[in-house]
Amino acid sequence: MQELITNLAPNLASKLPDFYKALGDTLLMVLWSGAISFVLGLALGVLLIVTKPGGILENKVLYQIVDKLVSLFRSIPFIILLTWVMPITRALVGTVLYVRGAIVPLVFGSVPYFTRQVQSALAELDPGLIEAAESMGSSPAEIIFRVYLKESVAAIARGTTITIISLLNLTAMAGVAGAGGLGDFAIRYGHDRNMADITNVTVFVLVLLVCIIEFAGGRVVKKNTH
Amino acid sequence: MIELRNISKDFGSGEKTVHAVRDVSLSIGTGEIFGIIGFSGAGKSTLVRCINLLERPTAGTVTVNGQELMSLPPKELRRARKKIGMIFQHFNLMPSRTVAGNVAYPLKGSGLSKEEIQKKVTTLLELVGIADKADAYPSQLSGGQKQRVAIARALANDPQVLLCDEATSALDPQTTKSILHLLKQLNEALGITIVLITHEMAVVKEICGRVAVMEYGRVVEQGEVFTVFAEPKQGITKSFIHTTSNLQKVEELIAEDSPVTRLQPGELIVRLSYIQRNVNEPIISAVSQLFNVSLNIIFADITIVQDSPIGGTVAIISGERKQITKAIEYLIDKNVGVEVIKDARADY
Repeated sequence: MQELITNLAPNLASKLPDFYKALGDTLLMVLWSGAISFVLGLALGVLLIVTKPGGILENKVLYQIVDKLVSLFRSIPFIILLTWVMPITRALVGTVLYVRGAIVPLVFGSVPYFTRQVQSALAELDPGLIEAAESMGSSPAEIIFRVYLKESVAAIARGTTITIISLLNLTAMAGVAGAGGLGDFAIRYGHDRNMADITNVTVFVLVLLVCIIEFAGGRVVKKNTH
Repeated sequence: MIELRNISKDFGSGEKTVHAVRDVSLSIGTGEIFGIIGFSGAGKSTLVRCINLLERPTAGTVTVNGQELMSLPPKELRRARKKIGMIFQHFNLMPSRTVAGNVAYPLKGSGLSKEEIQKKVTTLLELVGIADKADAYPSQLSGGQKQRVAIARALANDPQVLLCDEATSALDPQTTKSILHLLKQLNEALGITIVLITHEMAVVKEICGRVAVMEYGRVVEQGEVFTVFAEPKQGITKSFIHTTSNLQKVEELIAEDSPVTRLQPGELIVRLSYIQRNVNEPIISAVSQLFNVSLNIIFADITIVQDSPIGGTVAIISGERKQITKAIEYLIDKNVGVEVIKDARADY
């Protein structure tokens, strides 16, 4: 194995510990910001669906505020968002560097995206199901958990897969701004020091990660489609 | 069981206001099967949703089983809704749950244990005749089977009322019959009051005791199905009845000068309609024997509504002029509606 790497990617072979560290950082960033974004995005997506005009807990003011906020953050390019939220990052985690410092901007970047994914997943649901649940005397909380979420597992899994992959993309940008990770690793060595093999291997690993994420997402979708 | 008083429902406001239901009052008794018929857009679906407040009326009061629903707080309203089952045109089953899971849905939080719920689900599925599909998913069922599951689900909390919103409109005629048969059976076995929305007169004829006809958001005619069928007063009611009868075809045939409607001098075409419950008397052969006239039947359309035959025949009468007049008088005397459609007596 060691020999194979030395032959195929001589530069990488000398930077192996750094490479593993970068991979670990990327995975940590995706995992943490992904988990936080999942919870927040799910909550905001549900909030938008139930408060929309004609929703089960219609609330025009709340809907407009959340909807406009989501649009606002969706429209800021991530690289600008990254610097823009720095004061918040510093206040929350004490630093804007390393994995810790990257999680806040990553969450800001992916929550609006995932919120829209959840919103469209729930909007796809047949309104007849909501009506039927209401006719059976279900409370709004029951309708949210037992109808909206339960009946949209496959669609939400699809949205989650897309969001995690786009998050992986964002971590590369965050990496360049001081977070480390694979993106930073590839730029620093592959590009700046002209070590093409490092870029190639990084790309290969990223493709592999995307494949794994898509496979896992596909399994969840398949299991929940009847 | 259900009292609707001066129900109105508007959608939108200002100039774009749509008056879906206008000042409707209905009183539906316990154990009745009550039909509400109308063309699409007549407001019947909105009206039925006013009964369980899926649509909150703009004005009026809704009383179900002695409980005034409009003034109930949300929690009480949800409790009341559990006693008002509802089924839909497109079934609205939850695709990620099995048949048993769908029927168990409304039972969660009802205080029953897991075993009791399971037992109840089995009983309900047996009641609607689909126990063998308990573990299937809705996507694996036919339309009629889906509606049976929906009925079982609607009955889960032992409701006193079952609202059917176009419940058979997505089904083929044979399946429609079997679902209507099931509803009738449930009505008799459980004493459940059924309100049935439809645009098909055949459905009303099949199982309803009373019917209300809706047009432009108003109930324009209501009464016993037999009476409404026998003596429709409003144009819209007549047009609904014509959809289930072919007695009107004779006019088309006359217009086309079809050979079956060509008359010899002295003959006439009459439409005889049976509007009283006396069709079991052999009226036609009696007329023929008593007055020595012959009746050549072109059309006959007699159906059974509420266990009495209703409908009529279109026939060519020929014979002596005086005898024909007497025969017609006899028929009118026997409460048969006589309508002369084409008369060749003047051609003598």
